[in-house]
Amino acid sequence: MTELSAIAGRATEAALAAGAGEAEAYASRDAGREVRVHGAEVESLTAATQSGIGVRAWIGRRVGYAYGTDLSDAGVSAIAARAAQAAAVADEDDFATPPQPAPIEALAGLSDPSVDAWTVAEAAELALSVERTALARDPRVVGVEQVVYADSAERVAIASSTGVAGEYESSSCFAYLQVLAEGEGAKETGLGFGLGRGPVDLDPGEIGTEGADRATAMIGASKPPSRSCPVVLDPTVAASFVGLVGGALSAGAVQRGRSPFADRLGEELASDAFVLHDDGRDPGGSASAPFDGEGIPRRRTALIEGGRLRAFLYDTYTAAREGGTSTGSAARHGYRSQPSVSASNLVVSPGSHSFAELLGETGEGIFVTDVAGLHSGVNPVTGVFSVGASGRAIRGGELAEPLREFTVAGDLVSMLGFIRVAGEQARWVPFGGSVSTPPLLIGELAVSGA
Amino acid sequence: MSELLDPALAERVLARALANGGRFAEVFAERRHGLSMSIDESRIEAVQSGAEEGAGVRVVDGGTTYFAHVDGLDPADLERAADEAAAALRGERREPRPLRAAASTPLPIELRPEEVAAERKAALLRELDERARGQGGEIAQFTSSYAEARRQVVVANSEGLLSGDDRTRTRIGAQAVARRGAAVETGAETLGAHRGFELFEDDPGLIAEQAARKALTLLDAGPAPSGSMPVVVGGGFGGVLFHEMTGHGLEADHVQKGASVYAGKLGEQVAQPLLNAYDDGRLPHEWGSDAIDDEGAPTQKTQVIEGGRLVAYLYDLLTAERDGVASTGNGRRESFRHLPIPRMTNTYIAPGDATPEAMIAEVEQGFYAVSFAGGQVDPATGDFVFGVSEGYLIEAGKVTRPCHGATLIGNCLEVLMGIDAVGDDFFMKTGICGKGGQKAPVGTGQGHVRVRAMTVGGTGV
Repeated sequence: MTELSAIAGRATEAALAAGAGEAEAYASRDAGREVRVHGAEVESLTAATQSGIGVRAWIGRRVGYAYGTDLSDAGVSAIAARAAQAAAVADEDDFATPPQPAPIEALAGLSDPSVDAWTVAEAAELALSVERTALARDPRVVGVEQVVYADSAERVAIASSTGVAGEYESSSCFAYLQVLAEGEGAKETGLGFGLGRGPVDLDPGEIGTEGADRATAMIGASKPPSRSCPVVLDPTVAASFVGLVGGALSAGAVQRGRSPFADRLGEELASDAFVLHDDGRDPGGSASAPFDGEGIPRRRTALIEGGRLRAFLYDTYTAAREGGTSTGSAARHGYRSQPSVSASNLVVSPGSHSFAELLGETGEGIFVTDVAGLHSGVNPVTGVFSVGASGRAIRGGELAEPLREFTVAGDLVSMLGFIRVAGEQARWVPFGGSVSTPPLLIGELAVSGA
Repeated sequence: MSELLDPALAERVLARALANGGRFAEVFAERRHGLSMSIDESRIEAVQSGAEEGAGVRVVDGGTTYFAHVDGLDPADLERAADEAAAALRGERREPRPLRAAASTPLPIELRPEEVAAERKAALLRELDERARGQGGEIAQFTSSYAEARRQVVVANSEGLLSGDDRTRTRIGAQAVARRGAAVETGAETLGAHRGFELFEDDPGLIAEQAARKALTLLDAGPAPSGSMPVVVGGGFGGVLFHEMTGHGLEADHVQKGASVYAGKLGEQVAQPLLNAYDDGRLPHEWGSDAIDDEGAPTQKTQVIEGGRLVAYLYDLLTAERDGVASTGNGRRESFRHLPIPRMTNTYIAPGDATPEAMIAEVEQGFYAVSFAGGQVDPATGDFVFGVSEGYLIEAGKVTRPCHGATLIGNCLEVLMGIDAVGDDFFMKTGICGKGGQKAPVGTGQGHVRVRAMTVGGTGV
């Protein structure tokens, strides 16, 4: 047993000693670094180590949570005692029961040795090269606000009084930049990004080019007229919407009547062109792991297939409410957060249309490359949304002039029914959680502009 | 202060941080405590207690900042952070100046939340639940959350500065879901301050009723209009409009990179002469107030717009140094795990002399945005978007029917210049602002404000 699992085990015992009937501890330790680059210079260089533990304690049908950074024996005992105290404050809940152990299958491909092998200087050079690519791409690129490179290696251990025990390691890495372009009297910005398990997965040329091209493409943008029309969502935009759909498919939202999908299991509500899975074991997805935030094996779950709503996502608690089983969908954002139901990696199946064919199929419409205000412009309970957008006009099946300062509005469920075509080229996007999606053609959305 | 970080240890850590050179070094030590819980389905749940401590050490050399952070405040932890920060430097050892403790008085807390029994906090949530459900059978769901957080911080730097702060914030939020047939609407309200449990002495249950009433009102809502029209923005959290569309563009890091539409506009008329605006980190009890910022600079009141003219940017230490000015006390960080960056504190449009009634009466056909769910801006282009959580049509000078699903969209420069009336009904509200992956508590405020023309994006085409 490693030190981290031993600490988790001690925390579990300490919680029982403090009066808990059952207990679970989740410990993590990670080391990361971040490089920020601006104007061909390293602006900041961060070395970070973090470790902590989160303890869930059950007293009868009451549950409480506590976390902290002090991993000494005394520190862990204090955290465990606070978890038991927290449980005493909670109300009884018939379904608040600790997870039972299930066989955990190892998952390869979560760690890349390049995270350890690359020196800080090499990482900085990657970021500088992203910036150089963007600046050289087009004379209208006037600057790069910042290039950020970050990587981390994490170890996670879980232990519980019911016998749950597991541990794994994973690494992650990303880089992004915000490019500034100028033309026709206005500044435009463009985001480029790449992500993977280690720096070898990142292509600095591709990242810099994407940011530059997105910024220059917006030069001279105007408002489109208000109307309803076909809309093509770029994968980065599609991912944000898919993330919202995934959130609404969590049983937590559904059971409490706070999801537009509540009471609609089995219904034919999406178009055949839209197939969605939650896949917690795809090594390409950053949320993949052998087990979820409470030690239940991660798996692949069909959510929408053949146009029908096939399943919701469950953790142990929400599964108990329906007498079912967890789909391994308990998520944590580190040791500070108690587990809650959430999608792992959402994967939209690619279709067979190339991007050119997708535009041809659209005819006249709008290609949306960016959306803003998602956290304020979407009602997660009703699925009604109205968000700011920018992109390009589509005329005669081809990309035309840039467009900005308009909104697209509708509701999530109807939108799924309006999806006409999925493109063939999917991409992992870190917006809306961890999502892999191709571009999507929506038959009709309300556009509000001039 | 010395209990968190002994001055002699701080001096040792700073010396170690400068072992390989650098023109500036700083150690930031922090202890964080928090308790939160919520009520959902009339049941107290998600009771959570957190305790963390750690430190961040940075060394600045030329234009580069070297930063390392560690969990724990033992001498060995701090020395490790200093060594890691210094590791990539290759210069000559520098000696930090001896530390001199600066006077700093934390904001007063009357009733320490950690000394209040958790059961009283649960009782508070139960009261909110009852008050919301008391608004009628159409309230189908109600959730409410309570959170208290204490941050004790000490900052010491190689210029000899040693200062500290002890910050306690409490906040409750209420969210109601109303249902009538197939119609489902939500309403939310919050109450928060840089105060202790005394914040809840008045009538905290009011926010539950307000959230419930918002949701019920929206059950009668129709689609929001689309197109360009006059918009009257509500007081309080309506100030988030100014926060997003102007405040972020005044943060000196954006300005210095040319990534702000306000770069190079100091002294220029950016709004009508009736507009005055401030960032004030010293407002008593306010959510965005602190005694010092996270670099040890005392917080201050900074006028940013005077008679419609842009008169100041918001600085932290490094951006101030670059412009040859003093920090405005806006160097803030989410925790010891983050580098300070220029951030707003409490940002507001000062009260004007118009009444809300009069400014609405002058609108023939328009939109009344009482409150927002939030907003987002790209400071470089000035493009912004806001989600309206409570909005109404204005027809023939009167507020008529509620609208759902509206978004306001526009460009900062145009919309700020388009503010043609500022109300006298000033108040402040709380917000959580995100920037560069860091969250910060901020206050926003204003009386009612009217914008001549703005794009409303709704589903009614």
